[in-house]
Amino acid sequence: MMPATEAKDFAAAGASPAANATGAAIAIRDLGHSYGDLRTIERLDLAVPAHGVLGLVGPSGCGKSTLLELIAGLQEPGQGELEVGGARDPRGRLQRCAYMPQRDLLLPWLSAIDNAALALRNRGVRRAQARRDAGELFERFGLGGFERAAPAELSGGMRQRVAFLRTLIAGKPVLALDEPFASLDAITRAEMQEWLAAALSAHPRTVVLVTHDVEEALYLSDRVAVLSARPARPVEELAAPAPRAADRDAAVIDPQFVAVRERAMRALRKGSR
Amino acid sequence: MKRWAPPLLLLAALIGAWQIAASTGWLADALHLEPFLVPSPAEIAESLWQSRALLAENAWVTLREVLLGFGCAVLAGLAFAVALHLSDLLRRTFYPLLVASQTVPIVAIGPILVVWFGYGIAPKLWIVALICFFPITVNTLDGLRSVDPEATKMMRTLDASRGQILGRVEAPSALPYFFSGAKIAVTVAVIAALFGEWAGADSGLGVLIRQDSAQLETARVFAAMLVLSAIAIALFGLLALAERRVVTWR
Repeated sequence: MMPATEAKDFAAAGASPAANATGAAIAIRDLGHSYGDLRTIERLDLAVPAHGVLGLVGPSGCGKSTLLELIAGLQEPGQGELEVGGARDPRGRLQRCAYMPQRDLLLPWLSAIDNAALALRNRGVRRAQARRDAGELFERFGLGGFERAAPAELSGGMRQRVAFLRTLIAGKPVLALDEPFASLDAITRAEMQEWLAAALSAHPRTVVLVTHDVEEALYLSDRVAVLSARPARPVEELAAPAPRAADRDAAVIDPQFVAVRERAMRALRKGSR
Repeated sequence: MKRWAPPLLLLAALIGAWQIAASTGWLADALHLEPFLVPSPAEIAESLWQSRALLAENAWVTLREVLLGFGCAVLAGLAFAVALHLSDLLRRTFYPLLVASQTVPIVAIGPILVVWFGYGIAPKLWIVALICFFPITVNTLDGLRSVDPEATKMMRTLDASRGQILGRVEAPSALPYFFSGAKIAVTVAVIAALFGEWAGADSGLGVLIRQDSAQLETARVFAAMLVLSAIAIALFGLLALAERRVVTWR
């Protein structure tokens, strides 16, 4: 059971996930953006179908995070078209997209559950109700018993879980995830990838996932776009062989997966020159 | 106990040395002064005890000025910090004035304030508030602006209004900064109250110190200073305690 407020808010935002003409939840056409004289994004075309997961990989500083902020409605593009759940204006995009920053940014003065329930509280849901709604997800996603813990008491993986639930509980059709597991060690990261895959199976959303880890992108996404160095342009778009497979460790050593990963790596190296 | 041993030992040693130097007359000789002008710690303690009613009465006057002036500065400082944080125009307009408020020479403005507001408590409140206002406002403003821009973006995508970002993210972030400013302010507030009383007053520790200096009652001058320090230390301690209670995440 999802929080009751979530369904209500979908309706309130008028965000049918496939509202635009092409049937894509996110449609980016001929997008260009710059910071002053610095071109960060150039002639970018991308489309993500409803409930699809698009992975974005590219060299550091290539404008991936900027792209996420553009999608989330936190910035306006210099040129081109950007449509998220049928909305083109930044306000509309902001209503349809929840953003998970690179660092978890849990507020240290709030307990884990109050952090996760922030979006509900921002919409005026009472604290007790917000905690009940978020609590159901805590139980289901391995955070049961940690509701009242302070963020500082949680491990890195746990903190990322809370941060992701905070994004999920916002109830938005689109999630923008900016290198969600970059700060974790390899073992925790693999665990978290499986965890996120399960969470997305239970609560399908349209996701744009920025990561510098090609394997992570290919495991979690349906499609992966390899971007070039600044200004960001797509070098190659690849279909993942087994998106969010139940057994991650087996999936990533499958010969087909390895072959696509190598292709992505080659594209990445080509694009960063 | 172990933590307090070194400062207490040092204090005891200093007082002991002073006691010996003063009571043997060595200190007065060295300074070429009459012995009654160089009181020993024992004499100061005696004066403290004998004049306890007088000291308490005047300390209460000074404490009231400090608390009221500090309270006004906290209210005004918080209001200013929030207003300057929310509006770029206000910040650009008022920031120079804010800095200027700190450069006002209290010694010079004290008598003027007495002329304007009379011998009552008003000029003291102005002086104390003027002194406290700056550290509180500047620190709180810095705290409000210290928030990670990523956190603000995250909150915006979680449907937070400007007021909710202020209340849920910026204000809690600013709390430790506010307490730093308030702790600085409250210690100088005591000195500010003293200046205010010097400029013109009929009671208060500042008045007492002034009269006793003129009448060469040196032991009681030291006793009054001791009371003044105790007030400052107590107020500082109370603020530190409040900070620990409120800022539990640090």
